[in-house]
Amino acid sequence: MSNQNLIDQHALSKYLRTERMPHIWCEGCGNGILLNCFLSALDELKIDLDKVVVVSGIGCIGRVAGYVKTDSIHTTHGRAIAFATGVKLANPDLKVVVISGDGDLFAIGGNHFIHAARRNVDIKVICANNFNYGMTGGQYSPTTPLEAWTTTTPYGNIERPFNLVHLATAAGAVYVARWTTLHVRRLKASIEKALQKEGFSFIEAVSPCPEIFDRYNKLGSAVDVMKWFKLISQIRSGTDPSQAEITKNQIAVGEFVDVEKPSYGRLLREMTDRVQEKLKDDSGR
Amino acid sequence: MASASSSARRKSLSNRIDSTKEVHIRLKLLTKTNVHCVVSALPYAQISQSLLQKQKVKQMKDKNRAVLTGTHFMSGDIACAEGAVAAGCRFFGGYPITPATEISERMSRRLVEVKGVYIQMEDEIGSIASVIGASYAGKKAMTATSGPGFSLMQENIGLAVMTEAPLVIVNIMRGGPSTGQPTMPSQQDIMQAKWGSHGDYEIIALTPSSVQEMFNLTIECFNLAEVYRVPTMLLADEIIGHMWERVKIPSPEDIITIDRKKPHVAPGEYKPFKPDKNLVPPMACFGEGYRFHATGLTHDENGLPSTVSIKVQTELVQRLCEKIRRNAADITRVEKTMIDDAEVVVIAYGITSRAALSAIRKARKSGLKAGLLRLITVWPFPEKLVASIARKVKAIIVPEMNYGQLVREVERVAKVTPVTLLSKLGEEPHRPMEIVEAIRKALK
Repeated sequence: MSNQNLIDQHALSKYLRTERMPHIWCEGCGNGILLNCFLSALDELKIDLDKVVVVSGIGCIGRVAGYVKTDSIHTTHGRAIAFATGVKLANPDLKVVVISGDGDLFAIGGNHFIHAARRNVDIKVICANNFNYGMTGGQYSPTTPLEAWTTTTPYGNIERPFNLVHLATAAGAVYVARWTTLHVRRLKASIEKALQKEGFSFIEAVSPCPEIFDRYNKLGSAVDVMKWFKLISQIRSGTDPSQAEITKNQIAVGEFVDVEKPSYGRLLREMTDRVQEKLKDDSGR
Repeated sequence: MASASSSARRKSLSNRIDSTKEVHIRLKLLTKTNVHCVVSALPYAQISQSLLQKQKVKQMKDKNRAVLTGTHFMSGDIACAEGAVAAGCRFFGGYPITPATEISERMSRRLVEVKGVYIQMEDEIGSIASVIGASYAGKKAMTATSGPGFSLMQENIGLAVMTEAPLVIVNIMRGGPSTGQPTMPSQQDIMQAKWGSHGDYEIIALTPSSVQEMFNLTIECFNLAEVYRVPTMLLADEIIGHMWERVKIPSPEDIITIDRKKPHVAPGEYKPFKPDKNLVPPMACFGEGYRFHATGLTHDENGLPSTVSIKVQTELVQRLCEKIRRNAADITRVEKTMIDDAEVVVIAYGITSRAALSAIRKARKSGLKAGLLRLITVWPFPEKLVASIARKVKAIIVPEMNYGQLVREVERVAKVTPVTLLSKLGEEPHRPMEIVEAIRKALK
C-alpha cells in the first residue's frame, strides 16, 4: 500500500490536510500524539469544523496549524495568543485554539499569555512542552530544567524554569491541566473539557524531544522517555499548583484548576447590551 | 501644539477646501469593486449622486449611529476615530501612546455604541496581532500608535503583508528617535512606514493635512486596505492629530465604503492566495466554511508553506509588490496647485503642505513662478508624476519635519533637476517665508 493510501485510510484523515503529510516532526516526537489527541477530541465532540480556528506560533509544533483541516493561521513567533484574541472577539461563534510550544508561549509570548488569562478571553491554549527550542537545534527555554544541557547551556542550565501550571493559575485561567504525551486518554479528555468550557483554558502536554533535548541529556530513546514519564508521573489533580513543579524525580500531572468565571467576550457583550439599551432610551426621549 | 487654530491657519484651511476641486481622484477604483454606498466629503460629492441611485442603504439606524452627520469642531485624532467608525471599522486593538491616545479613547466609547469591539492590548505587538486576527475573522479593524509603538509593530506589519490582511494602522508621528519628544510633531516615520519590516514589500500610506482629511482619509485607508488586501497607513504629524478644526461629516449614504472581494468559488475549489487579474486574491474569512490556511512562511496559491522553492518565493514576493506598484495610478492621490507654468515646485505633505501653499501664493505675488505638489499618497511614491514635473521645472524644494526622508525619493526620480531639502526638527513647522526664501534662492 502506498503512503498516500495509508494516510487516506487513517481514522482521523478527514481532519487533516493529508497532502501535507508526512509531517516535519522527528520520529518519536510527542507532537504527533498531541495532534492525535486534539483531533480525537474534535471527533468525539462532533464539533462543526467550519467553526474551529487553530492558531499557532513558531517552532516545531507551530507547523500544526498547517496540518489541521480547519481555518488556521501560523503567525509570528510568540504572538499566537494576541492573534487568537482578535479572532475570538471579532467572531464569538468560533472555537479558537492556540497550539504552540514552551519557548513560543512563555518566552517571547509570555506577556500575551498572562494577559489573555487575566482577561479570561475564551480561547484554548495547548502547550507542547519539550523543555527546549527544538527547531533551532536545542537551546534552553523558560521550561528547561536546572542543570540540563542544551546548546546554549554548555555548562548546565542555571535558570530556574517556569512551573506553567502555577503561572496559568496565578494569571487567572479557568481550566488548567498538565499531562504527558503518555497520558493519551486523559490528555484527550482534558482537551474535550476545555473545548466545552467558557473562558481561558490551558493544557500543558509534556512531550519527548528524542532527537534533540533527550539525546543531549542522555535520556535514551523515545520509548525510554515514555517509560520515564510513566515512572515519575504522579496524578495529583486538585493539588496546590505552586507545588506542581516538574523535577527530575517527579512530574505532577492532573487537573489543577476548573472554575467558572465569565469570559471577556461575555462581559463585553453584556456591556454592549447595556449601552445599546441606554442609547435606545435616550433616543426615545 | 493643540492651540494651532490661529486665524491664519483657519484661512489656510478655507483655501485648502477650495482647492480640493483640483484633487485628482482616481474613479476607476470605485467601479472595479463592491461599492456598497457612497461617499466622504467634498471630493466625492459628485460621484455619490450617481452611485446612490444604484445602492440601497441598509440598516439606516445603525449607520446613523456610526456616522455623526453634521458640522463639528474636533481634533484630528477624534476625526480619525469618527472616520474609522463611519468606514465600518468594528474592531480596534490598541495601546495608549502620546500623541495618538485620543484615538483609542474615542474608539473605546464609540465602538461599543455601534456594537463593535475595543480592546486595550498589553502592548503594540499584541495590538496589531489582534487586529490581523480580527481582520481574518471578517471585521474591518484598526490600530493607532506613534513612533515607539510603530517600531514594535514592524514584525507583524510583515505578517499582515504576507497574509494580505486588510487593516489600517494610524501613526501620529512624534519626535524621535527612541522616546524623543512625545508631545512634539515630526514626519520622521515616513521611511519606516515603507521599509520598517524585513523583506521586500509594498504598503499604502496616506498623509492628511487637515482635520477634515483625518476623517476623509481614514475612510480612504479602509477602502484601499480592503481593495488591495494590504496594511494601509495613515501617517499624520502630531500637529494634525492634536489640532482642532471644523469637520463636515456627510450623511451615511454619502460615504463610500468598500468591502473586500469574496471568493467566487465553492470551498473545495478555493485557493486562498490565487490572485485575480489585479493581482489581489479574493478573501474568505474564518468561520465561513472555506477552511483555509494562512501563514507568514512563503506560501503557494493554496496558502501552504513552501520554504525552499525559488519559484514560489519569487512569484509571491513579486506579486505582493506588484499588486501595489501596478495599481499605483489607482491608488495615488495628489493635489496640484499652480503647477502648469511653475519654474519651482514645492513637494510637501501633511502640515508642511499648508505652509507650502501659503508660500507659493506669496511667491506668486512677488512674481516668482512657484507651484505646489501636495502628496496625499506618499506610498506608493508617485514617481512618474514627480519625474514628469522634474523635467519641466528649474528646481524642486522639499520641506519636511525630519532630517531628510521623502526628499530621497524625490532626488531618486528628479535625476538632474536640483532638489533642495528644507529640514525642520522639533516643535515648529515650517514658516511660509522660509519656503518663499528657498524658492527665491532657487530662481536666482
